[in-house]
Amino acid sequence: MIFKDSLTLLAYFCISNFNAQFLNMTWKQFFTSSIGKKITMGLTGLFLICFLVVHCSVNAMIFFNDNGETFNHWAHFMGSNLIIRIMEIGLFVFFVLHIVQGLALWSQNHKARPIKYAMNDAKTNSKWYSRSMGLLGTLILIFLVLHLYHFWTPSRFGGMMGVHELQETTLQDYNNQPVHNLYAEMQLVFRDNLWVVIVYVLGVISLAWHLLHGFQSAFQTFGINHKRYTPIIRCAGIAFSIIVPLVFALMPIAIYLDWVK
Amino acid sequence: MEHYSMNLTLKVWKQKNSRDKGGFETYQVKDISSEMSFLEMFDVLNEQLITAGKDPVAFDHDCREGICGMCSMYINGKAHGPWSNNTTCQLHMRAFRDGDTVVVEPWRSKAFPVIKDLMVDRTAFDRIIQAGGYISVNTGNAVDANAIPIDKKDADDAFMAAACIGCGACVASCKNSSAMLFVSAKVSQLALLPQGGPERESRVLNMVAQMDKEGFGNCTNTYACEAECPKGISVSNIARMNREYLTAGLSTEE
Repeated sequence: MIFKDSLTLLAYFCISNFNAQFLNMTWKQFFTSSIGKKITMGLTGLFLICFLVVHCSVNAMIFFNDNGETFNHWAHFMGSNLIIRIMEIGLFVFFVLHIVQGLALWSQNHKARPIKYAMNDAKTNSKWYSRSMGLLGTLILIFLVLHLYHFWTPSRFGGMMGVHELQETTLQDYNNQPVHNLYAEMQLVFRDNLWVVIVYVLGVISLAWHLLHGFQSAFQTFGINHKRYTPIIRCAGIAFSIIVPLVFALMPIAIYLDWVK
Repeated sequence: MEHYSMNLTLKVWKQKNSRDKGGFETYQVKDISSEMSFLEMFDVLNEQLITAGKDPVAFDHDCREGICGMCSMYINGKAHGPWSNNTTCQLHMRAFRDGDTVVVEPWRSKAFPVIKDLMVDRTAFDRIIQAGGYISVNTGNAVDANAIPIDKKDADDAFMAAACIGCGACVASCKNSSAMLFVSAKVSQLALLPQGGPERESRVLNMVAQMDKEGFGNCTNTYACEAECPKGISVSNIARMNREYLTAGLSTEE
């Protein structure tokens, strides 16, 4: 760079002096920083929240009381549609990211205080569920393994009855091809199995507490803390954390108590 | 207000140096006035220990008027004791009753190693400030004080953030030992003002990098820091720092 006169040179140094340490940030540095890790948790968490909306809506179709016909129709769509199947890969990736990052954070945060307090009155400064996200997440993970074993594995890798074999429902939309009768599977899993129903209800209770902190926490992580928006986000978070787990909990309960036909 | 004197049982953390394992010592103090500050009560204890030829309890203190941030004590499971928006020196003994047992511990964090007894090394905070908590000012004639117009709201928010005294109660109270509230207050007070503009992006990146290097934990938004902060620093500063970090981190080209 050629400077026309010394004045320009002086001006250049005056300006450049302000940037004593030049900015340098790789993707790795960004996502391994404490804030980057929060952002990963928040983004994957919000994606999983969106997944819950879809999952809950499709499953709630058992409440049409049509022997699961509407539910099986849409369950077949979710299981066979190419775009949904591609999204399923994304869902697994985000689930794994959320779980692995969560466990890594739990471990790092645990190490940041090698000697614990003999007396710690944490209940006066924060909510127990905000401090127990690792524990609640682990409970959800245990539930998730059982849940996948009950429904996802048989639906993907066989072992589930087709509707034609059951002769209970026929789905004209799929050219009378036998489709997985997930509704029959639900009946099989929940009816007469009180313990399974209890475990599922406990699983969604863990989910409710996890969401109660996670929903609003994600927005704080993205930098949204605002006098007008934050109260709305908190209300929406509370509503979401109650409604979605409640609808989920009603499914095994309704089948166990024979509320749906 | 009711005046009374009290006898207390103190369980105080004693530790020779950073390598010592340390443990609790039990002391009895008598005729403590409800008018005393918590540190004055410790002065009475130390007089008593020195007279008896024993090792006094080492604790940090400086201004004793609630603005220096030195008096780091974890009292009965809470940073700076039971009162909110308060430092240990401003905690008065009327917070306790005759016959109470009081447990006193140092801040617990890997980034704040214990020097002796209740004193911890908080130079990690100094290194975070050195990494970017400053502004560059050209020498020359003094600029007129009100030459740069600043929005009232921004000025107020910057002042609120600048109230941080760097005591470390946020780190001590956080279940993750995270320093996010401290760092975000320091980032905010400069990011909100035009004088902080030139280093705005490098500041937040460098300060966060230094914070992570010091071994503080990661923030999980429990907001315990805000509840225990003696100066009432808001977690909205953490949201601002997240915004600053996102903007700076995603816009750099190197």
